[in-house]
Amino acid sequence: MHTPIRRSRAAAGAALATALTLTACSGAEPAALGDPETPSEPVDLRMTVWTADEKHLEMFQEIGDAYAAANPDLVAGVTFETIPFEDYTTTLTTQLAGGNPPDLAWVLESYAPEFVSSGALADLGPVLESTDGYDVDDLVPSTLELWQDDEGLYAYPFSNSPFAVFVNTDQIAAAGQDDPAGLVESGEWTFDAARDIAAATAEDSGKQGLVVRDFDYQLWENLSTVWDGWGAAPWSEDGTQCTFTDPEMVEAMRWIHDATFDDGALPGPGTTADFFAGDAAMTITQISRASALDGSFEWDLLPLPAGPAGQQNVIGQAGIGVFTQGENPDVAADFLAYFTNPGNAEKLATYFPPPRASLLDAGTLSAANPLLSEEQLQSVVVDGIEGAVTKPVHQNFAKLSETVRAELDAMWAEDADVAAVLDETCAVIQPLLEE
Amino acid sequence: MAAASETMPETTRRTTRRTARRTVPVSRAVRRDWAVGYTMVAPVVLGALAFVVLPLGMVVWYSLHEWNVLAGTFTFAGAANYERLLADPGLADSLLASLWFSIGLVVLNISLALLLAVLLDQKLPGTTTFRTFFFSPVVVSLVAWTIVWSFLLQADGGINGFLTQFGLEGPNWLRHETTAMLSVIVVQVFKNVGLNMILFLAALQGVPVELQEAARLDGAGAWRRFRSITLPMISPTILLVSIITIVGSLEVFAQIDVLTGGGPGNSTTVLVYYLYQQAFRFNEFGYASAIAVLLFVIVLVLTLVQWQSRKRWVFHEV
Repeated sequence: MHTPIRRSRAAAGAALATALTLTACSGAEPAALGDPETPSEPVDLRMTVWTADEKHLEMFQEIGDAYAAANPDLVAGVTFETIPFEDYTTTLTTQLAGGNPPDLAWVLESYAPEFVSSGALADLGPVLESTDGYDVDDLVPSTLELWQDDEGLYAYPFSNSPFAVFVNTDQIAAAGQDDPAGLVESGEWTFDAARDIAAATAEDSGKQGLVVRDFDYQLWENLSTVWDGWGAAPWSEDGTQCTFTDPEMVEAMRWIHDATFDDGALPGPGTTADFFAGDAAMTITQISRASALDGSFEWDLLPLPAGPAGQQNVIGQAGIGVFTQGENPDVAADFLAYFTNPGNAEKLATYFPPPRASLLDAGTLSAANPLLSEEQLQSVVVDGIEGAVTKPVHQNFAKLSETVRAELDAMWAEDADVAAVLDETCAVIQPLLEE
Repeated sequence: MAAASETMPETTRRTTRRTARRTVPVSRAVRRDWAVGYTMVAPVVLGALAFVVLPLGMVVWYSLHEWNVLAGTFTFAGAANYERLLADPGLADSLLASLWFSIGLVVLNISLALLLAVLLDQKLPGTTTFRTFFFSPVVVSLVAWTIVWSFLLQADGGINGFLTQFGLEGPNWLRHETTAMLSVIVVQVFKNVGLNMILFLAALQGVPVELQEAARLDGAGAWRRFRSITLPMISPTILLVSIITIVGSLEVFAQIDVLTGGGPGNSTTVLVYYLYQQAFRFNEFGYASAIAVLLFVIVLVLTLVQWQSRKRWVFHEV
């Protein structure tokens, strides 16, 4: 039995008292959108975002207001709703379950395959292609891959933020270590060199060495910024085979384990260290975090180091999609085409590295990032997006993420058998990969 | 009288009942009282129907479906979610974690609450201050309380810093399976022990002084008086506290979410946390509803068992 559900109805669950609600339903087939029909009265559009930065929201609202002013028959207004990043996807799916989906939403790259394949998002291709002056060909093909299925495009990859290494040059100089920027120039900027500098600096300063930001022994997928240098991956490209046991991954994980427990280069589990508060010598994170620097120490921004397999750029990506279950998908898609047209994309590039080739230059980005030099933007952002890979993604990512986290917990002890833990991890997640 | 009515023919009895009904007219004042009474309870009854009975029914209904939130499909699945319960090793692990948590919490909470209540029941100076001290965590926000403890329990946190003063090296409390569960239990005990302590204290102060004095005159020692007089006299409160604590232990969520996230491994993934993961992380709303039904049944059975067992050990009912 396949029951379409039309209206929502609030409910509370037993014991946990969870609110569960039936919701509107449009089936699992992805929908393509066309020109929006003029609604009987102007509609209110709602887009969920995870930024709470006032400057970001001000810019979004400015674009939304301009769209409303230009299309008074279609929309009365556009609202941008902030949901904290930690609970973003959970809250979004709860809104879907509660029959209160937003019209548009940011979607995290890890969940892209699940959202795209489920039919939750509408096909934006026809709308973007038919929008005057949109210039679809300007979109870098590699940035679209995650959001495509067959011939459809189910989200616009509005932010392509490379991972890079922020360096506290004051701490490193005080420890008498080599300047990492010099190692980049000489081609010796490797993970081994970074580990040695981090360990020595941590010992000298009494603080921490290298922090893989937000990993905190929970968000293991952030370790891909390290293991990609070994050419390792958690599962095969088609997502069907576990590759945690591949030699590259075992070697990379052993490196991370030793750097943590033998060398003290990485902070151990349960240790807090905020690079931007001066608690660590280096951190791997996205460039958007540069806004947290307050000038209390000298710093530098460098590309990710090279591993045994060479240097690999890694990006975090977020797409904007239109929900098929929303009340006004046609109008929402029309707004998205406006929100991301070349003119507005240039505005958005102020904070979010865009997928448009014409905007991917250090000159454009430097206007938005006064803390970063054009050289840094060129080497880290522009070059970092070219040929970059994203963090791990999978159609079953939610379950995989939690299951791998639970299995890898056994590795974060001093005497852990890395290979054995990875063997067990593969044994446990292989059925999930085949689901 | 009863014997007389039993000897009446059936038709006579029916007639008598009808006559009795007719001969006791309901006055307007009584009807008005009824109307006022029903009006007064109506909000509570309607609230219970809307927010307890209806959701319970809906959760059972959802548990019979496969619900793909992203695709927006809601497909009847019969007993499939319940069959999955039987074969799910994750569920077995979470039941075990819940069992350990409940045992630890109940034993520590009730014994500590009783001990504190007995101490505070003494006529000693400063008992008011101590009573406030132990009760104050009850009124503190649960999440705020847990976040503070999460900092204290970190590897480089306050607890280990304190131990260092004595030359001791504390473990990484939230990263080892044994200490993680113990930490969650202790955090929960300190949060709520004050409430049970106050309940026990009120019960202790209701124990008749003359009984204690009579026992003392008979030569009973302190332990004997506590065991033979105090405990039986406060047994209704022990029943109440044990029901509240056991049911409460099965509902623990925020502490797990903030302190351990269910880890390390799945060692602190108790049943409610597992339910949350299935529903809100994995979008398995139908299966999560089946777990919610299971949890409801467990709570119901445990409460009934405790309620029935009162006949054996509860000295009197209030």
